[in-house]
Amino acid sequence: MNQLVKTPLTKEDVKKLKAGDYVFVTGTIYTARDAAHKRMYEALKEGKPLPFDIKDQILYYLGPTPAREGQVIGSAGPTTSSRMDKYTPDLLRLGLTGMIGKGKRNEAVLGAIKQEGAVYFAAVGGAGALLSKCIKAAKVIAYEDLGTEAVRELTVENLPVIVVADSYGNNLYETAVGEYCVEDGRNSIYPY
Amino acid sequence: MRIIKAEQITENIKEMCMEANIRLADDVRCRIEEGIKKEESEIGRQILGQLVTNMEIASKESIPICQDTGMAVVFVKIGQDVHIEGAFIEDAINEGIRRGYREGYLRKSVVGDPLIRENTKDNTPGVIHYSFVPGDTLELTVAPKGFGSENMSRIIMLKPADGEEGVKNAVIETVKMAGPNACPPMVVGVGIGGTFEKCALLAKKALTRNLNERSTLSHIKEMEEELLKRINNSGIGPGGLGGRVTALGVNIETYPTHIAGLPVAINICCHVNRHITRTI
Repeated sequence: MNQLVKTPLTKEDVKKLKAGDYVFVTGTIYTARDAAHKRMYEALKEGKPLPFDIKDQILYYLGPTPAREGQVIGSAGPTTSSRMDKYTPDLLRLGLTGMIGKGKRNEAVLGAIKQEGAVYFAAVGGAGALLSKCIKAAKVIAYEDLGTEAVRELTVENLPVIVVADSYGNNLYETAVGEYCVEDGRNSIYPY
Repeated sequence: MRIIKAEQITENIKEMCMEANIRLADDVRCRIEEGIKKEESEIGRQILGQLVTNMEIASKESIPICQDTGMAVVFVKIGQDVHIEGAFIEDAINEGIRRGYREGYLRKSVVGDPLIRENTKDNTPGVIHYSFVPGDTLELTVAPKGFGSENMSRIIMLKPADGEEGVKNAVIETVKMAGPNACPPMVVGVGIGGTFEKCALLAKKALTRNLNERSTLSHIKEMEEELLKRINNSGIGPGGLGGRVTALGVNIETYPTHIAGLPVAINICCHVNRHITRTI
């Protein structure tokens, strides 16, 4: 079903989201990918605070292309989430409630999503030009030296995403593929 | 002997980097549009629809199709009667990449040392493959490669006894392992034969072939067609969220190999299968 999500995303809001839901996100979200995750992880290990309050927030795994003059941001699609798996359970324990990326997560992350009551969304990989149109403001708030990998605060309007892993332990990547797999000889439609 | 100025190479590479990142070849676009008609999954159709709209926006507004504007892979075919004047060819190509990624507002995604990981800030160096051919022209192919799919690629040193079935299973297994990470619908480039490094290069080259062009070898053409069907039976679907359209095409290149070996490389590319060729 179609759902609207407004940030901040509370644990109560998360409960309404189910794997397979088509969701439009509006509000403030934060970008972080490999290098920013590493720095946040190191900051936590040293007992330092994160560059922003992560409680009830959504992280978007994104490293955009540079904006041209007059543009808010360049191309802005999701990167592969599994590279952030090592760092994710700790962030979920600190109150992070949503993540937007693409691709599979490991068992530790899926377990923490269920345990902490969070949600993992997929955005369409390779649709960076389209997704950039939903971003109305972008500001670097930390690790500026990382360039495209810096942490950005984004204001988004109706960013289209799909719930992959919900707080009930469902995982769309596991269930949906089985539904359409016809390797057992069932009738198949060949697209090409 | 024909003289080609290095500056001409630089300018062409610059333009090709910029062009490749905002406009895809028609073969990919047509196959995505065909896929929408055949796709059974509703989410799948929505995703394919988003990809078509994305391509329109990218081309109209010069926004890169994907934020991962890739590492620039360049194939150079040098006519043996060509003399390049003005600079070393490799410097000329890297200067073209530098200008293209700067002037095209493309992402700088290259780190100078794979372990120290400091960004080179201009997307250089490219990965450049040279070959010599008869004649007096210079053919350049620029294929910016994104790493979501590159990371899901594999090389497997099969045994001769594994045969055709072994190759097919290696391809299917690799596609399944890639799943949603490689941004399906994907394009699958396969290299069979040669040596360890040669089959990888063949797989990369296979990705630059038009999707409507089948191998000229009949047994390989059959394998391309069979693999495409089997991959699209896997259920992975657009975005890996279930459906029929998992791959847009399978291209296979082969080369003679050793009596003891059957190397196979599978280079996965997402639907943003960028490549442009120009001849100077």
